[in-house]
Order: sequence, then structure tokens, then C-alpha cells
Amino acid sequence: MNNMLWDKIAAHLRKRRMDADLADEMEFHLASLVEEYLAKGLSEDEAGRQARLALGNVTHLNEQHREVRGLPFMDMLLQDLRYGVRTLLRDRGFTMSAILIAGLGIAGAAAVFSVVNAVLLRPLPVQDPASLVWITGDADANDLSGITMPVNVYRDLRAQAQTLSGAAAYFAFYGAGDLKLTGAGEPERLSAVPVSQTFLPLLGVQPMIGRNFSEEECQENRDVAILSSRLWKRRFASDPSIYGRKLVLNDRPVTVIGVLPESFDFSSVFAPAANIELLTPLPVTDGLNRMGNTVPVIGRLKPGATVAQLAAELKVLAPEIGARWDRPGMKLRAQTLSEHVSGKVRPALYVLMCAVAVLMLIVCANLSSLQLARSIARRKEMALRIALGAGRGRLVRQLLTENLLLMSVAATLGIVLAVVATRVLANLATIVMARRDAIVFDWQSLVFAVVLAVLTGVVAGLFPALHVPERATHDSLKDAGRSSSEGREKRWLRSALVVSEIAFACVLLAGAGLLARSFLRILDVQLGFRPERAYTIRIDPSRRFESLQKRAAYFGEALRLVREAPGIEAAGLTDVIPLGSNRSWSVGAKDREYSRQSPPEDGFVRVVTEGYVTALGLRIVEGRDLQESDGPDAKKVILLNETLAKRLWPGRSPVGQMTKYAGGDREVVGVVADVRHLALEQTSGNEFYIPLRQTGDYVSAILVVRSALPAASVVSSIRGALRNLDSNLPVQEFRPVQSYVDDSLSPRRLTVYLLVGFSLFAVALASLGIYAVVSNSVERRTQEIGVRMALGASGADVRREVLWGTLKLAGLGVAIGVVASMVLSRGLSSMLYGVAPGDPVTFAGMVGVIAAVATVAGYVPALRASRVDPMEALRQSA
Amino acid sequence: MAEILQGTLDLMVLKTLNVMGPMHGYGIARRIEQVTGDALLVNQGTIYLCLMRLIQKRWITAEWGVSDNNRKAKFYSISKEGRKQLAIETANWERIADAMGKLLRMG
Repeated sequence: MNNMLWDKIAAHLRKRRMDADLADEMEFHLASLVEEYLAKGLSEDEAGRQARLALGNVTHLNEQHREVRGLPFMDMLLQDLRYGVRTLLRDRGFTMSAILIAGLGIAGAAAVFSVVNAVLLRPLPVQDPASLVWITGDADANDLSGITMPVNVYRDLRAQAQTLSGAAAYFAFYGAGDLKLTGAGEPERLSAVPVSQTFLPLLGVQPMIGRNFSEEECQENRDVAILSSRLWKRRFASDPSIYGRKLVLNDRPVTVIGVLPESFDFSSVFAPAANIELLTPLPVTDGLNRMGNTVPVIGRLKPGATVAQLAAELKVLAPEIGARWDRPGMKLRAQTLSEHVSGKVRPALYVLMCAVAVLMLIVCANLSSLQLARSIARRKEMALRIALGAGRGRLVRQLLTENLLLMSVAATLGIVLAVVATRVLANLATIVMARRDAIVFDWQSLVFAVVLAVLTGVVAGLFPALHVPERATHDSLKDAGRSSSEGREKRWLRSALVVSEIAFACVLLAGAGLLARSFLRILDVQLGFRPERAYTIRIDPSRRFESLQKRAAYFGEALRLVREAPGIEAAGLTDVIPLGSNRSWSVGAKDREYSRQSPPEDGFVRVVTEGYVTALGLRIVEGRDLQESDGPDAKKVILLNETLAKRLWPGRSPVGQMTKYAGGDREVVGVVADVRHLALEQTSGNEFYIPLRQTGDYVSAILVVRSALPAASVVSSIRGALRNLDSNLPVQEFRPVQSYVDDSLSPRRLTVYLLVGFSLFAVALASLGIYAVVSNSVERRTQEIGVRMALGASGADVRREVLWGTLKLAGLGVAIGVVASMVLSRGLSSMLYGVAPGDPVTFAGMVGVIAAVATVAGYVPALRASRVDPMEALRQSA
Repeated sequence: MAEILQGTLDLMVLKTLNVMGPMHGYGIARRIEQVTGDALLVNQGTIYLCLMRLIQKRWITAEWGVSDNNRKAKFYSISKEGRKQLAIETANWERIADAMGKLLRMG
């Protein structure tokens, strides 16, 4: 069998030789036959005739012989391809626009696919990700204190949950840049996450070098660390003997016991905004338990168990465990880990996927319409080929081959563009998205692009192919094929295609418009602080201070130096930045009794110094800002936000009142405006501020400054100011506050930009479609127009009529599009902000844009129609 | 009997080559016509399609040579595999013919 295939391929390649061979054989055969007939006594002519008759039709035989010995399919394909290339080259305008349209469409679709594949489809880089679950408290996903639980709850959960085969936890309140690495090389701030001893085994992640934490190392919170492979490569030049090396982190020696594999990056899965370079041990002890809610839990379901079963079990188990650890009525919820990881971007990606699907439909409609126009022009050619004996199947195949040829060029263009686009997307630092590192244009994206190209080619080529005539009619062979009525069906089809293009473009435009308007609304949100001209930098003290007094002195000195530095208008310290991280504490009015039934308020706490309010641009509504004099030995004070003030003392001024629970009893000295702390789209409820000098309960010290100087000057100014205090202040963590805002907007920004891009492309395609159809119909009706103008119609009349026809098409498309958008935009509602799904402004804008585009696209051919010279047109019909 | 089964023609060619030794296409066509009556091959050219098939199946081989009347001609001869195939096909054919014969006699 294999031999035969080789023979056939060989025969295919040696076609000329084989043809010559056969011809020689035929010649011999014919000569022999002639001899035979001559011997029988026939005349020379008659013998020749009889011989040819006996042998049969040699041309036909030749063809059959080729089919038997070679690869007839290949023959035909090559023939079709050759012919295809020739026709496409002849029709350069058509070819270029088709390739460009399909190529751009494929590029967009493949780029979106690469993102979707990385973020939604590709499994997490851990063992059996499908059975991993994410267990949290029942609160908003942005509220870190609300979704975490005390470590003892985690411990009991792990021991008692029957549906789980294992569980792990990590410390959610790691601060970005908590650790300062000093020693060899530039000092730099690194972010570390404490993880439970079970963390890596549960995920099935094996350190590439070294080992996991031991039980003792975790429980005793020893100074050991596992490095990310990125840090290992970057800072330690991939040193294979790193195991056991001592690093100096925050002035303490820490032993490296392992390096994570390249495939597993903690930030990529659990903390897209952070850059986690180290894992450290998380002790599950009563000591840590006293810190309250600190950890979310990752569990692994037992084989066969489902998330629903776990949820049912948690309903019973959570209050039981909660009661044990001072969390009566505790509620826990569970979802799959992959849902949690991609949760924030999932809706955006769904929207993009739908948008790309609609875009591809428009591309197909446009290509179809281009092809139809072309097939009308080629009707004569087709008829001729049928008359010459080509089968309908063969012609259909010819058209499909041409299409696939076109598509393969378009696909190449699309793939090149998609590779570039994917790389740009993956490297856009402004996009904070889980698993961004996994966004690559891989073989799956390639297969997707190729399949899409083939599908597009087939779908777009279908209508023209179906229109290949059954047999050659006399009419279609005649030169005046233009005026024949046969085109009516096609004209109808092309109008339908244009209408659907407009409708699809409307849907995209409406979606993009709604999201863009939401985006603008969010940009207009009252943040409660002024990010412009504000900058942050970590200045945690490099030494540990035993007492609040000593710390207060250190920070006081730092603030004094910075405030004296040139160009600094205001400076203050805080432990968290809005839109950065957050934690919440209980707080209540001192004169009120709280119980389980009526618990105190929960509020987001910020530990700050005087100057913070001014530096970040918060607004004091009532009372005063904190002062330097609010020190460790002074009266304990607190600032509330408006929401908390109203909750605690409705209808009364809170200034002068006393609070409790929030780090002891405190006197309210001022009220500040609410700040968008969790997300721009979300109010953050209760907030309060306590003086940094009056508490030791914070993990980081972030300096906030306000300055009119450019960013670079601010850095050097602060560096200069703090040189005496801390000679090696790392500057990587220097950030404009605006960048926190930008990060928090980034998934939305990505969606809006892509969607706006797609809808502009869609509108361009739709206008191209309108233009093509209208100008084609004008061309076809030249004679009619000529007659009417000869009979007295003015250019303006003709123009108006053509334009009116165009607007009728557009109107129908818009009507369908508006209805479809009304229905579909409801699916967007979770992503909208301050805009209703049926927002009249957006819809009016959409209709306006389409109407304007249709008018322009129709006006050009209308103008041409009105300039028809009646004499010329009439002569044509003669 | 204008249409003959493809396999039948194959079998006839193999049998002819087996009995007569190497032959050219013209000779094979003449021989089949003589044995089976003129009507079997509608036109003699068809034999070349059959010969091509048999070559690709490795049942026969071909070689250019010189004919009796001193012309350049392609000579076909049966191969070892061809003989094997001939034996199998012959047995098959006889069994079918036998069965058909019995069936037709019954009525």
C-alpha cells in the first residue's frame, strides 16, 4: 500500500516523463494496429481510421491514465491554485481589501483568544487544579479582612472538613516591599508571603532546588525562605548552590532553603498586582491567631467531592468552628480556585469574546458581499467554463480554492499581527491581571487562527459558490449580461448582508459606547483623595525599635527632613494606600453597649501621621487633622470618615465623642470625607484613621508626599533628605499615587480600548459594505438613470433617491441593531457603572454615528450617479 | 457485455502474462480479444489503465524492448507476487463460478 502511494507521488512528480512514455506506447500500439488492418487488406486511410477507433480516444485515455497512476486530487488542486493566483492577481483591489479585512479580523480574534486561553482556559500551573477550592469569609472580594479568617479557624477547618483532603493558607496582609534585601549589590525591597507548611504540597508544586518548609520551621517561624525563580535568576545569577545561602533581609539573616520552579509564580495566581519574590513560613499558632482575620484558605476536594457539597458542609461547620474562636455566626463560602483567580477579569473577557465573534461575523458578511460582487462580474467567465465542459462541482471547488488561497494569505497577515498584539498585551505594565505572564501566542493560538481562517474562507465563499449557475444559459454568455434580471436575487442577498453588517456594527458600537461611558463615569468619580502630584515611597526603619517612643522619634525626624526638602509641599506617613491594600477593625461608640445581636461597626483602619491628609489630598469636613503632638504619651485620638461618623452618632457632631475597640478608647478630633479605598466603583463604608505614634499595630510605613516637582526630582529630593537617616533607601517602590488608580482601572481600560478598536473596525467595514453595494447598484442602473435624466430628472433628484435608498438600508440595519443591543446590553450590566444598559445617550450616539457613516458612504456613489451623462448612458444601451 | 469488472480484466491480464510470458500492451489486448471474443474490450487503450494499476500493485513489471516488427515497445511480465495473486484470484473465481453455476442450474 505504501509502495503504491510512493509510486503515485513519483508518477505525479514525473508527469512529463510518464506522459511521454505513454505516448510512445500508444504510437506503437497504433502502428501495430495499422499494420494488422493493412494486412487484412484495408486501404491506408481506412486502416488508420479503424486503428484509432479500436484504440479509443487518446486524449481521454491520457487523462484517465494520469488519474490512475498519479494523484488526481493534487493535479486538480494545483490547477485550481494556479488559476486562483492568476485571477486574484488580476483583481488586485478586491484581493487587497479581502486580505486586509480578513487579516485584521483574524488578528483581533486570535489575540483575544490568546488572552482568554491563558486566563480562562489553560489550567493553573499546579497539580490537578480542578479539585482546588478557594474558601473565604462571606464579604466583598476586595475587603481583605472580610474574606480572611484567623489561623485557628483554618487549622480546625483543615482537620474537620470531610469533603477536603487537604488545606493550606497564606498570610493575606503581606505588604508590597515588606522586606529589604541588603548585602551584595543594590539594596532592594522585596515582597514576601508567609505560607502554611501545607501550601506547596497541596498545590503539588515541587521546589526546583531545595525543599519545602519543615513543620518546625513553620511553627517556630524560623528565618528561612523559598525564592521565586525570577528572583533567583535576576539577583543570584541562577546560582545552583543557593541552598543554605544566608541573605540579609530587614537586617536579619535568612536561610534560602529552596527555589520555586519557573512554572509556578505566586503573584501570577494569587496576587496579580504584587510581585512576590519570596515565600516564608506561616506559623499556625495562638500568637498569630490573636492577630485576627489573616488568612484565606485553599483546599483540595476529596476525589468525587464537589464544591456544592463543600458549601453545604461549610454551612454547618463554619458557625461551629467560629463559635470556638470568637466568631459567632461565622459564614464561609467556597468556589473553585480557577474561578477565584480569573474572577475579576472573567466578565471582561466574556465581553471581548462576544465582541470578537460579532466582529468575525461582520468580516464574513463583508467578504461575502465582496465575493458576490465579484461573482457577478465573473458570471460570463463561469458560463464560458461551463459551456466548455467544466462540472459545477469543479467550479465550486475552484471558488473555494480561491477563497482558501485568499484566507491563507490573510491568515498569515493575521497571525503576524496577532503575535505582535499578544506580546504587547502581555507586556503592558498597566494591565494588572492574574496570569498575565501566561499570555503568549502559542501553538493553540496558531491552530485557532488557522481554523478561523478556514472557516471564514468557507463561510464567506459559500454564497458565491452556491450561485455558480447549473448550466450555461445563452443570456449569461452574451456580452450584455449586465441588464439581465438574474441579478435580483443576488442584489437582495447583498442588501441583506449590508443590513446585517450594520446591525452587528450597532451591537459592537453600543457595547463599546456603554463601557466607554462607564469608564468616563469612573474617571469622574469623587475619589476622596487627589492622586495627581502625590507620590509614595516605603521608608520602614531599618532597625527595630523596642518602644513606641523611639519609633515616633525616628518617624518624626524623617518627616521633618522630608518637609524641609526642596519642592515638598506636604508629607505624611501611612500603613496603607487607597486602592493598595486594606484591613478592617471593629470600632464602636464608647457610650453604647454592644452584644452579639448588635455588634460594633467594622471599619477600614489606616495608621497615619499628621500631614497624610494634606499630602494625599483628603478633605477635612469637621474638626482638625492629626498633629505631631498626638504622640505616644498624649491623649489617644482618632479621625473618622463621614460614613462612620453618621453611623456612630447619627444627627450629631462626633467631634469630642469617644470611640472604643479601635486600639483602645479614643477621642474623635475630626471627620474627613469618604475615600474610594477598595475600588473606584465602590464606596468603602466605614473608615477611620489613628495616629501612627499611638500604636505599634502596623506592618509598613509608607511616606506620602505632595509636590509640584516632576517625579524624578521628587525621588532625588527625598533621597537627599533621608540620606542621613538611612543611607541605602531603595527607590524601586517609589510610585506616583496615580499609578494605584491606573492599576485599579486596568482590566476595564483593556476592555474599553479593545472594544472601541473593534467597533471602529466594524463601523469601517460596514461603511465599506454600504459603499460597495450602493456604488454597484448605481453602476448597474446607469442606463436607467440616464433615461430619467433625459426625461427631466435633475442631478439633485437622482442624488436624493440614491441617498434615500442607502439610508433605508442603514435604517433597517440600525433598527435591528438597536433591538439586538437592547437585549444584549443587559448582559453587560455587571460591568456598567453609572450608565443604564439602555442608556439613551449611548444609543442616540450609536445611531448618529451609523447614520453619519451611511450618509458619507452613500453620498459618494450618489454624487457619481447625479453626474451620469444621459447621452453617454443611453448610447451604452444601444 | 460492455462493462467488465475491473478485477476481471486484471485477472485476464495476469493469466495472459503467466501463460504467454513477457508481452507488450498491443499483444495483451489482441490476445484477450482473441480468447474472449472482440466485444470484451470496448477500446484497446483501456488495457493501459489496467497495466498501470497492476504495476503499482507490484504484480507485473515493465521494461522497454524491441518488438517482432523491430519497433520500440514496452514489455510487461508477471512478477512473483503477481503469480501468487493469480493463484488466489483463480481459486476465488472458480469458487464463485462454481457457486453461480450450481445456483443457476437449480432453477
